[in-house]
Amino acid sequence: MSLTRQDVEKIAHLARLSITAQEMPVYVSSLSSIVNFVDELSRADTEGVLPMAHPLDGQHQRLRVDAVSETDHHEKYQRNAPAVTAGLYVVPRVIE
Amino acid sequence: MLHNLSIGELADRLIKRQISSTELTQHFLGRIERLNPALNAMITLTQKQALADAAAADARLAAGERGPLLGIPLIHKDIFCTDGVKTSCGSRMLDNFVAPYDATVVARLKAAGTVMLGKSNMDEFAMGSSNETSYYGPVKNPWDTSKVPGGSSGGSAAATAARLTPFATGTDTGGSIRQPAALTGVTGLKPTYGRVSRYGMIAFASSLDQAGVFTRSAADAAAVLQAMAGFDPRDSTSVDVPVPDYSSDLSQPLKGMKIGLLREFFEGLEPRNAALLEDALNIYTGLGAETFQVSLPHLPLSVPTYYVVAPAECSSNLSRFDGVRYGYRCENPKDLMDLYKRSRGEGFGAEVKRRIMTGTYVLSAGYFDAYYLKAQKARRLITDDFRAAFAKVDLVIGPTTPTPAFDIGAKMDDPVLMYLNDIYTIGANLAGLPGVSVPCGFVDGLPMGLQLIGPHFAEAKLLNAAHQYQQATDWHTHTPRGYA
Repeated sequence: MSLTRQDVEKIAHLARLSITAQEMPVYVSSLSSIVNFVDELSRADTEGVLPMAHPLDGQHQRLRVDAVSETDHHEKYQRNAPAVTAGLYVVPRVIE
Repeated sequence: MLHNLSIGELADRLIKRQISSTELTQHFLGRIERLNPALNAMITLTQKQALADAAAADARLAAGERGPLLGIPLIHKDIFCTDGVKTSCGSRMLDNFVAPYDATVVARLKAAGTVMLGKSNMDEFAMGSSNETSYYGPVKNPWDTSKVPGGSSGGSAAATAARLTPFATGTDTGGSIRQPAALTGVTGLKPTYGRVSRYGMIAFASSLDQAGVFTRSAADAAAVLQAMAGFDPRDSTSVDVPVPDYSSDLSQPLKGMKIGLLREFFEGLEPRNAALLEDALNIYTGLGAETFQVSLPHLPLSVPTYYVVAPAECSSNLSRFDGVRYGYRCENPKDLMDLYKRSRGEGFGAEVKRRIMTGTYVLSAGYFDAYYLKAQKARRLITDDFRAAFAKVDLVIGPTTPTPAFDIGAKMDDPVLMYLNDIYTIGANLAGLPGVSVPCGFVDGLPMGLQLIGPHFAEAKLLNAAHQYQQATDWHTHTPRGYA
């Protein structure tokens, strides 16, 4: 199954990835070949089989006690931020 | 030579004060300085911190403290967060990222008294089987520097094979410890899913990722696993199962051990690979093990299943890299959408973008059932096949890789060709099973590995079987020329 350029543009948009016009044909071709490859799965008989999200059965989301266990490290964690003002992450204007 | 001693032998000399951790650390730092440029196995060296850690270990030893890893140097794959030290995950996206905390794996090995020499090179975001997708350039195989070391933990594998470190940590999502271990002639262990904490280990595919180790012997792997394994409340998929003493069972005789020969692994195996496996089977039967034919009929679905599940999970995990709070941000973003798209478009390499897009596609409306849900069903079939096999045998044996190390650049044009390198390793990740690769011979002068896979939490048995094989053979002692 081949993907079209429009398919790839739509996927790239959903994934918030910029793909240049030059790169696009390579991605169309390699994604098509990957999708072709995984299409093999459609031939498998999975009638009545339950999907498996985890490799170990019987795992469930553990809950913890609702008690404070961490302290404020925002200064340390924000050292990696591209742009910070007054403890807030700065991004281009979102709301007009 | 110090770099050819096992972890046990090094620990012994440290305790007897025949060497200090500082001398040991300087020895390995010296080797890295001389020998790493030809291999490109490292992204960050932490010389000052290493010498400080070594001095601290020496103080602990002088005070009478004992421990199997106290004072022993190591290298961490650059996927583990290391407090105050750059953690890049092999990507431009995190080239400027200094981790503000230690991964649990890092913290546990630190508490055991290890000395971190630095962070090793890897395929970007752990996506690759050749260590060619790294932002920092490919890693070379010490056995032949025109060849790949395998991936994604290529740096850790190459460094261990080149004796730049007694051991190195790695991660294995589709084979990223076992495959490079095989291609570089070292021992590589992937524990059971949930055995080792994933806290602080940059996530690729959350239901598949597992931390493990590269060593030059199963006995060394047992010592390291002992420190790494165990329940961690900070990892919601960490399993609360007691940690056995991995070293105490190493020398158990193999008499009566039932080893399954996976039909699907042996079918179509390249003759020289098959010959090495045949020799290994003779060793095992000579040691008293019994071999049985087993079949995992759904195993051929593993590679397509993985290449739906792993990209799907990665597309979700990598959505956190948005140029806002940390990591790469593009210059002069016009608006928020442009910030996201170009930070990610420029920050990520081609393979990562391919996998994010594959994942986005298979999870998207209209395709979710046909691909993702279908793959999860196939995953159950594969897991059930393994379970049925382990009702009959203790362990399963087979090759680790279809071929020895291939040329750098040989498979970069065709992603699917690259994906087929994982054909023997992926099943264990899908089923969450532990697996180990040990050196078993050479093809064209390049190392080959044999793989043992066990049921959940059977690491002690796996290491026992690997150790006994290594007592009866010497493949694991071979050193690449120039690194002895």
